[in-house]
Amino acid sequence: MAEISIRNVAKQFGDFTALHSVDLTVADQEFMVLLGASGCGKTTLLRIIAGLETPSRGEVWIGGKRVDHLPPRQRGIAMVFQNYAVFPHLTVFENIAFGLRMQKLPRAEVDRRVTRTAELMHIGQLLKRYSGQLSGGQRQRVAVARALAMEPDVILMDEPLSNLDALLRLEMRAELKGVLAESKTTTIYVTHDQVEAMSLADRIAVMDKGRIVQAERPIEVYRNPAARFVGSFIGNPPMNFLPAKKGANGSWRVAGVTFEGPRAEREEIAFAIRPEDLSPSEGGLPAEVRVVEPLGPHVLVTCDVEGHLFRAVLDSDIVLSRGDTVKLAPTPDRIRWFDPETEKSLQHHQ
Amino acid sequence: MQQRTLPYLLLLPATLFLCVFFIYPFLLVAWQAVSQDGALTLDHFRTMAGHWKFPTAFWNTMLLALAVVPVQLALALFMATLVTRMGKGRDVILYIWTIPLGISDLAAGIIWLAIFEQTGFLNSMLSGLGVVEQPVAWLGYQNKGTIFLAVVLAEIWRATAIVLVILVAGMGLIPKEYYEAAEVFGASPWKRFTRITLPLLRPSIQTALILRTILAFEVFAVVIALAGTNFPVLMGETYHWQFNLQDRHVAAAYALVILAISIAFTLVFLRTLRVPREAQP
Repeated sequence: MAEISIRNVAKQFGDFTALHSVDLTVADQEFMVLLGASGCGKTTLLRIIAGLETPSRGEVWIGGKRVDHLPPRQRGIAMVFQNYAVFPHLTVFENIAFGLRMQKLPRAEVDRRVTRTAELMHIGQLLKRYSGQLSGGQRQRVAVARALAMEPDVILMDEPLSNLDALLRLEMRAELKGVLAESKTTTIYVTHDQVEAMSLADRIAVMDKGRIVQAERPIEVYRNPAARFVGSFIGNPPMNFLPAKKGANGSWRVAGVTFEGPRAEREEIAFAIRPEDLSPSEGGLPAEVRVVEPLGPHVLVTCDVEGHLFRAVLDSDIVLSRGDTVKLAPTPDRIRWFDPETEKSLQHHQ
Repeated sequence: MQQRTLPYLLLLPATLFLCVFFIYPFLLVAWQAVSQDGALTLDHFRTMAGHWKFPTAFWNTMLLALAVVPVQLALALFMATLVTRMGKGRDVILYIWTIPLGISDLAAGIIWLAIFEQTGFLNSMLSGLGVVEQPVAWLGYQNKGTIFLAVVLAEIWRATAIVLVILVAGMGLIPKEYYEAAEVFGASPWKRFTRITLPLLRPSIQTALILRTILAFEVFAVVIALAGTNFPVLMGETYHWQFNLQDRHVAAAYALVILAISIAFTLVFLRTLRVPREAQP
């Protein structure tokens, strides 16, 4: 059992606040992804959990034990580093065995675990090689095998796929998911790649400027962003936003079209819709087509709605060209509203 | 055509320099060592080896190198570890530690002479504390042990910094991630030193050892300053034969012996501390 609980953790680097009072609980065996742009504090948070960085404030608990004062080796964790950190002077075998040797496990047990994890990661035939003789993908596998061989309660991963080329990344992603689900460890995985986050995570914690903005199931994060930032960060292309002016009887006027919306004390709020939740229809939002990009299964149309950038992902049968005006109607139950000042969702249930 | 000749042209100045100032004098010395009036002979080596001071000088030099170099390596490793972990004062400490490098070896010898001689600081201090009644002749010919110790101390003080500088540079090249990985996977600070630092520092240790050992076989001025002729070493004998006994041939033979020892040790270090190609980072 290894539930991870981060309580009120903050980190200050001189004048710069990398983390503002973060709270997060990761359930036993859960796969949690920390997602955010570079500089948002996700790696700092991971390193604090690992013990490679000390928090300025707050507590870290792993498996019911407070660990923030313990060195990394006493926390029952294993880690996969962004640059793999596969030791160049040791063979693949010795790399995978490193942690086991540090624990002074009997030789037979070391052999058994190294062989098993190497097989699992499909690097059984590379055990005698050195890191310099491996490709990036193979090094990545060694780094993961080294972590798995520890049979840890918690595996921490710091952008483990970011140095691989696109095709390999896709392959490793699927493989990681399978292997980690089987190993029954609690995993915290840092990435800036939203597709990786969506595909791997049980829950995604979206981070921005040293805070966790939303930590929920991927589909929830995608469908119901808790804040404008989440909507604009997740989704490719991201969510569209338009200003909405207060109309009569609790309705809102968006680009000349009236929508039912939330009750708010403000005169203006933000209307939001995902590009794939639009379809051409009379009575939709008037959009002037700027760029048309056929993407195979569908077509990405970049438009202008009253001076605001607006994207729609439409059926590939549609024929549009630059300068056309098209009426785009949003799917009603997919419309979201945000407060312009707090940037928080106006109907999101915390 | 130009593509092919250009590299050689570029190498030419350095090659010429080496030939004129190193290879040619070396050949002259080598010839002097093995010839007499234009004929080949091993007489000079016999003279050298037959002289009563030769074995003493040889073993003194060896013992000195054996006592000094390992201590310097250990000390430099320790100091380099301290320095690389430091944040702010790192450069200041490094500069202070390398000051002795800027002092000529003769001057270094004289500094330690001021400590160890009969009216030196050590005796003043000991008599001031009442430990000794009258000054001890630490560097007298009857105190071989203390002479040796004084030379060892002076050499360590003077030349550890060269090893230190090489090791600090080498440690700077080891990525921090290796240490973090080792730490996460359970290595204590000592294990991190023996399992990560030492193996990855091997090329630097090799360079430092070769350089330092060669210099140790050439030890001269410090010994002259502290011991005069009471502690013969190979380089001192070379000087003695060249200038006092005016026999260039035997001096050349000594020079070749020093060269041979240096080459032998260099080969040993190259071999034992070699990093296999595939294990290079």
